[in-house]
Amino acid sequence: MSASIKVSGVRKLFRDRGPGIDVLAIDHVSLSVGQGELLCLLGPSGCGKSTLLNMIAGFESPTEGTVAVNGGLIAAPSADRGMVFQQPTLMPWLPVWDNVAFSLKLKNVPKKQRRIEAQRYIDIVGLTGFENYFPSQLSGGMAQRVGIARVLLLNPAVILMDEPFSSLDAQTKLEMQEELVAIWQRFATTIVFVTHSVEEALILGTTIAVMTHRPGRIRESIKVDIPHPRDSTSPAFNDLKRHIMSLIRQEARLAPARLVTPEPQ
Amino acid sequence: MNLPSVFWKQTGRFCVPVVLVAAWEAFSRSGYLPPSLLPAPSQVLWTWADWLFAIDESTQNNTGHWWVDAVASGVRVLGGYAIAAVSGISIGIAIGWWRWVERTVEPTIQLLRPIPPVSWIPLAIIWFGIANRPAIFLVFLGTFFPVLMNSIHGVRTIDRNLIRVAEMMGASERQLLWLVVLPAALPSIFAGLRIGVGSAWMLTVTAEMVAVKSGLGYVLWDSYYFLRYDMVIAAMASIGLLGFVTDLCVKRLMTATLRWQETSTVQGRKF
Repeated sequence: MSASIKVSGVRKLFRDRGPGIDVLAIDHVSLSVGQGELLCLLGPSGCGKSTLLNMIAGFESPTEGTVAVNGGLIAAPSADRGMVFQQPTLMPWLPVWDNVAFSLKLKNVPKKQRRIEAQRYIDIVGLTGFENYFPSQLSGGMAQRVGIARVLLLNPAVILMDEPFSSLDAQTKLEMQEELVAIWQRFATTIVFVTHSVEEALILGTTIAVMTHRPGRIRESIKVDIPHPRDSTSPAFNDLKRHIMSLIRQEARLAPARLVTPEPQ
Repeated sequence: MNLPSVFWKQTGRFCVPVVLVAAWEAFSRSGYLPPSLLPAPSQVLWTWADWLFAIDESTQNNTGHWWVDAVASGVRVLGGYAIAAVSGISIGIAIGWWRWVERTVEPTIQLLRPIPPVSWIPLAIIWFGIANRPAIFLVFLGTFFPVLMNSIHGVRTIDRNLIRVAEMMGASERQLLWLVVLPAALPSIFAGLRIGVGSAWMLTVTAEMVAVKSGLGYVLWDSYYFLRYDMVIAAMASIGLLGFVTDLCVKRLMTATLRWQETSTVQGRKF
């Protein structure tokens, strides 16, 4: 059920963010994600990685260039690209199980069946016992699990994740990362995971695409051949970490210089 | 919890009104003002009882007539309130959701909004005559705008990603409105509905004083002409009581509907 993604020559210009100010968020990004890959988009805040993700989801459209999933151009959001947001973004008026099975409600599936279907995914993300809790009664990590269960139930070809663990505490974050890897292996879906943490990218990704400062470009795409689960103290892990850190440092030095250079129109 | 604290929790809320009424009774009996100008609470209660249950016919042709008056006013409140709630919520959601509705409808509504509902009385009378309809019209005017404004606000402040989530899962626009926008805007809508309760009673009474020949407001104004200030105060208290009960109903409905909000807000705080 997984899919390949092809991003070709994408630019994204945000107009009218202020009087006469256009912001070039992404500049000529090309990128391909193979079936069953777990791609980590790594970059500093404001580099346009979320914008790129939103374009794959179909929430935003590129100013130039194309985004295609399994060869089909993307025009609008769809259930075969499930997004997990930075904030859990649950319907606060629905209990956990109803949030997980919301997509079935949209298909007019009867309540009894939705409840059964929801339970499967609630168990997978480890929320058994919390089915009837409201989102306001959940901790951040639990709420994010609901967001993941909701996307798993959609059974999408691609799962898009926008820094989903960035607001969690260190321990919960580790736990969630391990579970995500387990889920990814079990469902064999393609995942695009946006993060600003080198460590997180290295723990998760089969490929890490390092992005530059705004306007975002792909600086380097790095294959990570270390098998999961990864030991963050191993030499191979740290060699890669050193390499990526040096890329990021170089980028940081270039960033202010780029601000003064006028943009070629 | 020990017994005295339970006692205080239950009786604490009655302390201030009891003291106030006792002071009023004492002041009225002191003879500082003629009793007809400031009737004692006991006198008011007696009058009210006759108005309610026809005890000694001291309220003349109003004796035992309270229920008819209350129902007459209640029907007007309910009628105008229901029309305003349904139209205010639906138009408010439409304005908040569709940019073109906002552009075409909202300016007109914003121009009409500052006109005090009471100033519509002359037109209400010539358009609707002297009966229920002008009162219902006024109640509608007074309730519609708070419900509308809060509905618009409720829609506009919905988290955009919540809409995206539903779109991603394949929601049609109709489903978006029913299953996401309406429930997400409910807390704000209820705020408007509760403000509306107050203006609904206020405008019913105003309309009855001027344009209608029945209801609590009419009795109030009529008693003023007949110098029955005890009756005036009984009518005021009746209106206050009914307003309180109506608000309580809306509040109950609100807490039942917004149960999901409780744990994360101050109202769910345990003492």
